[in-house]
Amino acid sequence: MRNITLIDAVREAMDEELARDQRVFITGEDVGRRGGVFRATMGLYEKYGPDRIVDSPLAELSIVAIGIGAAMAGLRPICEIQFADFIHPAMNQIMNEAAKMYYRSNGAWPVPMTIRAPYGGGISGGLYHSQSVEALFAHIPGLKVVIPSTPYDAKGLLKSAVRDPNPVLFFEPKKGYRAIKGDIPDDDYTVPIGPVNVTKVGTDLTVYAYGMMAYYTLQAAQIVEQQDGISVEVVDVRTLLPVDRTGILTSFKKTGKALIVYEDNLTMGYGAEIAAILASDGFEYMDGPIRRLAGPDVPGVPYSHPVQEAFMPSPQKIADAIRDLAAY
Amino acid sequence: MADFKKADLLDMYYDMVLIRRFEERCAQLYQEGKIGGFLHLYIGQEATGVGAVRAIRKEDHIFTAYRDHGIAIARGLDINALMAEMLGKVTGVSKGKGGSMHLASREHNFWGGYAIVGGHLPLAAGVALRARYMEEDFGVLCLMGDGATNIGYFHESLDLSAVWDLPVVWLVENNQYGMGTAVKRASGVEEIVKKAQAYGMKEGPRCDGMDVIATYEAVKEAMEYARKNGPVLMEALTYRFVGHSMGDPERYRTKDEVRQYSEEDPIGKFGAYIKSKKKGTDAELAELDQKAAEAIEAAVQFAEESPDPTFESLFEDVYVD
Repeated sequence: MRNITLIDAVREAMDEELARDQRVFITGEDVGRRGGVFRATMGLYEKYGPDRIVDSPLAELSIVAIGIGAAMAGLRPICEIQFADFIHPAMNQIMNEAAKMYYRSNGAWPVPMTIRAPYGGGISGGLYHSQSVEALFAHIPGLKVVIPSTPYDAKGLLKSAVRDPNPVLFFEPKKGYRAIKGDIPDDDYTVPIGPVNVTKVGTDLTVYAYGMMAYYTLQAAQIVEQQDGISVEVVDVRTLLPVDRTGILTSFKKTGKALIVYEDNLTMGYGAEIAAILASDGFEYMDGPIRRLAGPDVPGVPYSHPVQEAFMPSPQKIADAIRDLAAY
Repeated sequence: MADFKKADLLDMYYDMVLIRRFEERCAQLYQEGKIGGFLHLYIGQEATGVGAVRAIRKEDHIFTAYRDHGIAIARGLDINALMAEMLGKVTGVSKGKGGSMHLASREHNFWGGYAIVGGHLPLAAGVALRARYMEEDFGVLCLMGDGATNIGYFHESLDLSAVWDLPVVWLVENNQYGMGTAVKRASGVEEIVKKAQAYGMKEGPRCDGMDVIATYEAVKEAMEYARKNGPVLMEALTYRFVGHSMGDPERYRTKDEVRQYSEEDPIGKFGAYIKSKKKGTDAELAELDQKAAEAIEAAVQFAEESPDPTFESLFEDVYVD
């Protein structure tokens, strides 16, 4: 057992998969000699060489699309998009080629690829280095969308993503890269893509969250438990697509109250889908309004510290929202 | 000039006629409402498709855009399954999911037609990357229209293919119009092969795409170069005798222009060439014409008698389990 950071877990996952499978290679901007802008690939270039840790031009469209072609041809690319904010030039390729290829070819061409991208705010990145883009991709059948919140999950889920025969979008909470630490076993392990994970058992209400917000929610749950005696169950929605409807409903059936926390803009965010599932399939268990705490509906996360803080959900804001809902 | 055997010449002639008959029949079926959606015919461009596809080996790979029927036929996909796809039948090459613009066959290394202009270019580069990564000896023939050379995909794909020395022949089927917009109204350079210079890439020829032998030889040489050294950008200068798609009012070109080109019909020209070389007689060519017409009628019958896809197929092949 070792205690490591989330970014170390990401790197270990890739290192082990590169060693395990010759078909696995990494491409992206400055992933090679420089070791990645967040140092996710540090040391891999030296270990695996320029043919497998491939510096790309500054061209997101082709980083992803060449990955798709290579995956169709039987390789296992890991494509790094330096910031999730930069993924949009590749949108057509992800939506129209990666997601549809297996379907349109009636099973002839699977697309076994992983697209990694750091996402999220709170790091003073400003408008184009802070966005949450998961809802855009969670809307596209044929893709899988995964967001870890712990080093254990980051490593286990990323290894699953690389081994998955489908295109997987793997979004990493960059604010948590070094802030979030956790224990991982020394042996090879994976975490299955699909099921949500109950990270704290409770009885009064359920909070659904993923990524950095799942981490904050655990802190908030401790605060309200100690200060207010509220027992919170926390569901880490670490796979967003395919949707684990059963897993999402299970906790709600027990507590009857739900708060959904995400840092993406509120409207049409992933929380809307969770709310819809609870409302349509969990109606008879409902014991209060289904609430969402999310980023406001503004075009970007502003740079200035106080305004950025106003945008971002925080442990304190989550605790307040829990208290409100518990009192209902 | 390569020394073509009689059988090869007659095979190429047959393929060109087969494409022409297929397309004419598709136009009819479209007008009868049996083919839906959008239909882009290859009439006039047959020499380009047949010459290019015949020039590469079985182990090489092909990508093309949405005007893909001729490429699929030249690559040897089953004519019945192609026609069934046009009618949206379960026996179609894409089980009725794809239709006219999305023909594909893994066993033929034919990765398909693509309906987003330029969208297939980086995919072709990705497949070509496998050849370098696994040290396998194959190349990728990526066809595109002239219009595709102005979209961003073209820039990124050609640049990367040059940086990584990928074995791709980028073959621009320059039929002189991107839908209804003439090349010079959409591209800063009219000689599209000049764009190769921007990428430090081998500038290939502008071959006569109305001449099947010329196209064959140019593509063969380009592919041999690409497999050994890296990408080539080349053009086949061609012309479509019909609209961009069915129902195109063709206001962007004159009837005179179309008539002039049509007089240079690649099939008629090639037939005359075969006869002049004493590799075939009028009777032999007429027999091939007849054989193609019969094959197309049989394909239409097969397609019409084939069942529709089931409701359940809607949910098949979304994810690999």
